[in-house]
This record gives sequence, C-alpha cells and structure tokens, in this order.
Amino acid sequence: MSMLVLEDVHTHYGKIEALHGVSVEVNKGEIVSLIGANGAGKTTLLMTVCGMPQASSGRIFLEGRDITNEPTAQIMRSGLAIVPEGRRIFSGLTVEENLHMGGFFNNKTEIRKSQAHVYELFPRLKEREHQRAGTMSGGEQQMLAIGRALMSRPNMIILDEPSLGLAPLIIQQIFEIIGHLRDEGITVFLVEQNAHQALHLADRGYVLETGKIRLHDTGKNLLANPDVQNAYLGG
Amino acid sequence: MAANNYRHALFCAIVTLIISFPILGFNLEAKGVNIELTGAKTSTIVAVILAAVAVFVFQAYRDSFMGLLGKLPKLNPLAGREPMEQSKRVKLESWVLTGIVVLALFWPFVVSRGSVDLATLVLIYIMLALGLNVVVGLAGLLDLGYVAFYAVGAYTFALLSQYTGISFWMALPIGALLAGLTGMILGFPVLRLRGDYLAIVTLGFGEIIRILLNNWTTLTGGPNGIGGIPEPTLFGMEFGRRIKEEGNTSFHETFGIAYSGEHKVIFLYLIALVLAVITALIIRRFMRMPVGRAWEALREDEIAARSLGLSRTAVKLSAFTIGAFFAGFAGTVFASKQGFISPESFVFLESAIILAIVVLGGMGSQLGVILAAIAVTILPELAREFSEYRMLIFGAAMVLMMVWRPQGLLPMRRIHITLNKQG
Ligand SMILES: Nc1ncnc2c1ncn2[C@@H]1O[C@H](COP(=O)(O)OP(=O)(O)OP(=O)(O)O)[C@@H](O)[C@H]1O
Ligand SMILES: [Mg+2]
Repeated sequence: MSMLVLEDVHTHYGKIEALHGVSVEVNKGEIVSLIGANGAGKTTLLMTVCGMPQASSGRIFLEGRDITNEPTAQIMRSGLAIVPEGRRIFSGLTVEENLHMGGFFNNKTEIRKSQAHVYELFPRLKEREHQRAGTMSGGEQQMLAIGRALMSRPNMIILDEPSLGLAPLIIQQIFEIIGHLRDEGITVFLVEQNAHQALHLADRGYVLETGKIRLHDTGKNLLANPDVQNAYLGG
Repeated sequence: MAANNYRHALFCAIVTLIISFPILGFNLEAKGVNIELTGAKTSTIVAVILAAVAVFVFQAYRDSFMGLLGKLPKLNPLAGREPMEQSKRVKLESWVLTGIVVLALFWPFVVSRGSVDLATLVLIYIMLALGLNVVVGLAGLLDLGYVAFYAVGAYTFALLSQYTGISFWMALPIGALLAGLTGMILGFPVLRLRGDYLAIVTLGFGEIIRILLNNWTTLTGGPNGIGGIPEPTLFGMEFGRRIKEEGNTSFHETFGIAYSGEHKVIFLYLIALVLAVITALIIRRFMRMPVGRAWEALREDEIAARSLGLSRTAVKLSAFTIGAFFAGFAGTVFASKQGFISPESFVFLESAIILAIVVLGGMGSQLGVILAAIAVTILPELAREFSEYRMLIFGAAMVLMMVWRPQGLLPMRRIHITLNKQG
C-alpha cells in the first residue's frame, strides 16, 4: 500500500531545473529516509510534494489521489503535514498558539486531544506553554515544529532536517520520537544530513544526487553500501 | 571616521542648497505681459544659507545628537518598568478604553461646538485607522491606497442620496458593504504581490479611484463634488430647522425645545462615537477568532502558514476586505457630516495620515491606534497658528517619534488565546 508516490517528477525554479525526473515511493507505516549532499534538491523534493513549487512535469499521488496540480492549501489539509527546513515556528506567538495554528482546521475537542498528545510526547512544551516561541532554545523550537505538525493528526509526516544544529542528546530524543510516531501508525518521510542515524532508523532509504535518485534500498543495505559509506558516512 | 563625517555633512549641506536655492532664491514676477525673474530678498538668501549651515552642523555631530535622543526614554517614568502581566494588562486596557468612552459621552455637553466637530473627525479617523490596522498591523499588508475605500463609502452615500433619496441609516451598511466588495475585487489580483510591490500597486489603485471620481463628471460631478447629502435622523426626527423629507418630524418640535444648531453637531458626534466603539469591538472580536490568528501567522511566516493548509489568498483577502469595509463605514459618516464631498477629500495624503496613525499607534494595538488618532488629528489643529508650517511640524514630530520610539506609542502586546476549558 503506498502512501506517497512520485513518478518522474521534474521541478523548476524559473528556468533552472532542480529535480531531473525523480521517482520515490513511500509505503504506509514506513519510515523512509532521503539523504544527499547540500544542494542536491532534498528540500525541493519535499516542497514539491506540498505544491510549493508545483512540479513542472511528472505525477505525485497521495494515498492514491493525484495531487500534482492541487493547490498547497488543499494538499496540506488531506492528512499530510510537514516540519519545514529551519523549523519556521511563529516566533511572536506562544507555544500553545503555535500548536493551535497546527490544528487550524480541527474543532476544539480535537485540538484539545491532539494538544494533550503533543504534550505527552514533549513534556518540555507543556512547561513552556505560554512562552513566546521565539524565545525558546533551538531544541525546544524543533520540538514545537514537530508538535505543530502533529496537531492536524496527519497520516503522513514529512520532516526536513529535524536534527539541524542540535546537540547530540536532543538529536537522540528527536529520533526516538520519530520512531515512536511510526509505532503510532504515522508514515514518515525524513530528510537528513545525519545519514547514519537516519538510515539506521529507516525501513528504506533513497540517495539524491544533484536532482536525481542515485540509489535506493533498505536502510540496512544502504548503511553497508561502500559508496554511501564513502560519500555520506565519513568513510 | 571623523573626516568621513565632515565630508558627509558637507555633502548634505550642498544638497540642501541645491534643493532650496531654485525654489526659494528666485521670484517670478509679472511685469505687464512679461514675466521677470528676480532674485529673492536678502533675508531669504541668508535663511537658506543658515539652513545649510544647520544641516552641516547636525550631520557632522549626528551621533552625539542621536545619542541624546536615545536618552530621552529615561524621561518617561514608565520606561524601564517590567512589562505587566498579560491578563492584568488586558484588563487595564479594557478599563482605560471604557474610561475613554465614558468621558467621550459627556464631552460634547461641556465643550464648544467647534471642539465637538473636531472630535467627530477624530472618531472618523479612529474608525479608519482601526480598519487599516487590520490590513497593515495584523496582516502585514502595506496598503497605501486605503483612502480609495473611504471614498467608495462616501460616494456611495452621496450618489444614492442624490438619485434615490436614501437615508443615512440605509446607506451605512450599503456603503460599507460596497467598499468591502471593492476591496475584495481590487485585492484579488494584487495580493500575490509582496511588500513594496503591493504598496506601489495599492498606491496606484488609490489614485485611480480618485481620478475616476474627478473625471466621471456625468455621474460624480467631477471636481465640483456632490452636495446636499442628508444628515442622520433619529427615529425619523430631523435636526434641521425645517423638515426636508416628507413624513419626518423635527427633533426640537417633538421635544418642545428651542431649535439649536448644536443638537445636530452633538448627535452626529454621538453617532460617530457609537460606530467607532462598534468598529473597535468587532475588530477585537476578529482578532480573537481563528481568522485573526491566521492573519498573524501569515504575516510571521508565509511558508509555515501555507504548509499548515492556510490559503494565502483567502487569508489576505479577508483582511483586505474587512479593512475596506470599515473604511466604507467611516466614509458614509464623513459624507453625512460634511454634507458635501469632492475628490479633494480623498487624496493620497489622507492614506498617508491614516497609515501614520497606525504606525504611530504601534502596529496592531487598538488603544495605541486610538491615542495616535487623537494626537495626529488634534496636533495640526493646535498648530494652526503656525499655518504654513503645520505640515513641517507634523513631519518633524513623525521623525522624532521614529527615532525615539520606533515601535510606536503602545506597541501591540498580543492578546493570547487559550481554549476555554469546557467549550
Ligand atoms: N527558491 C529557489 N529559487 C531558485 N533556486 C533554488 C530555490 N530553492 C532552491 N534552489 C536551488 O535548487 C537546488 C536544490 O536546493 P535544495 O534546497 O532543494 O537543496 P537541499 O538538498 O535541500 O540542500 P540542503 O541540504 O543544503 O538543505 C540548489 O541548487 C538551490 O540553489
Ligand atoms: Mg534542504
């Protein structure tokens, strides 16, 4: 059962092509990791799924539905959530208000339920409930970004480099949470520079190089692959 | 460093001379059929040179001047105090607002007719600024053509009254709705634009509406404007000496009191007050609703807001439309108060003044906007004795303000929203 399918997707920024025909498949209940060097097009790939920017050719399916030409607002209201690169929390709003923005299209009861759930996952956020989000530490902000994405009760969550700029201990915590999300039945599509941990956690992995998929295999096999070891695991 | 400062100061002084000499240093005089160019009086030339010297001195010692200005907040006894707790502050603000409204209710009965008239104008500006505050302060859309919607409201009433004899109370919702509709139609194509581009396009729209009103003479009367706009009635009672509309009664006869022109002025003032309070309450309501949070979220981070499923166009358009709606509201009151309107009342300067009120008030805070509206409308009136220098003083006050308190009089401390426990 596939959750997300990309078929030969090309994406342009103006005249420059950033993705040169990418095909990716994420099955329900899986964690799939996407690794690649800086500028390979990982963020572009994730944002194309969300329709910002839209693919210039190829097709994208979410739970079997063709979303290639759907507007972002519609895609993001159908069981998909993203933790964008650089967190992008609303720094002027409090932690709680950030979470409520995440559940914008849910009713009050649902919001209260998901909020309690997020606080269970991240007790730290509960302590900081009324703090302005911009004044929190990087790790707390990342937790908030993940929590906000979970507020809409998504079937699938996309994470763009959630470990960026965080201390090892916090990274560990974040990866644990991601594993926990899979156990809850949420499908995870994860982009990481931290290739070792990402592939370790993942069921399957893809390697993106300059806008093209170079390799795909199970996480275990990729970890053992000498090319991958050389390029992404520091030899 | 220092040499650089002097060079910069010299440059500024020369620019001052280049700008002011051709404008102030020469006179054109009509001598019979010819026009003669003569030099200005020596005193003017001395003044221009003195101004250049002043610019030089200020620019050369700019850092010390600015340093002094920076120390000013210490004169403010409230500065440096810990910000108040959120719930306390919201309560205090509500009390202050209620206090202002109560004072405003008694105000017209103790002051002169001129003051009441001016206060009505202040209230109109408060409505306008509260509306623009939604667009600029909350949604972060720089709209430089806001006066266009004010004009739509005013002209809707003027035209409807001229052609169909509609009353103020009927025109009020129609004017506001039409202005809101105009906002929606104009907003649709332009809201894709960002920041400065949006500012320029809205500026253009503001001018287009004014030019349209000026040139569509058959409908709007062009520069001659439209007169005879009726005043509001109170349950069918008119405030004039004689009844204009059939079926109406007159206020002073109904109550058996002597006719006085003041009744009308006070009544208009009270209507404006009620409408301003309604505007403030409705917008306050919006701020607490999801749509209010959506405005802020989109202003803070567009990509994040969109990734949560918010539609950029819908959110921006709602802010733009609501802002325009209240401009139309204010426009109808303005038309009724003046009894006569022409395109001249809706020039770009009006947009600029309303924007200045929002910025001075501290982008987003309602109490701040109200205080700023009072200051900005009344200061030029107080400075009337300086007649021609009014705008100069106004400009200087704005510059000082931006240096002293760039965040505005009362920067917005947001209302924090929590889910009520049982809802
Ligand atoms: N908005 C944009 N406009 C133009 N070019 C862009 C834009 N965003 C990304 N690019 C280009 O597209 C290519 C892929 O960028 P992308 O951000 O997807 O890389 P990435 O793999 O996410 O890199 P990183 O690991 O540094 O986040 C880069 O060459 C980049 O310069
Ligand atoms: Mg990236």
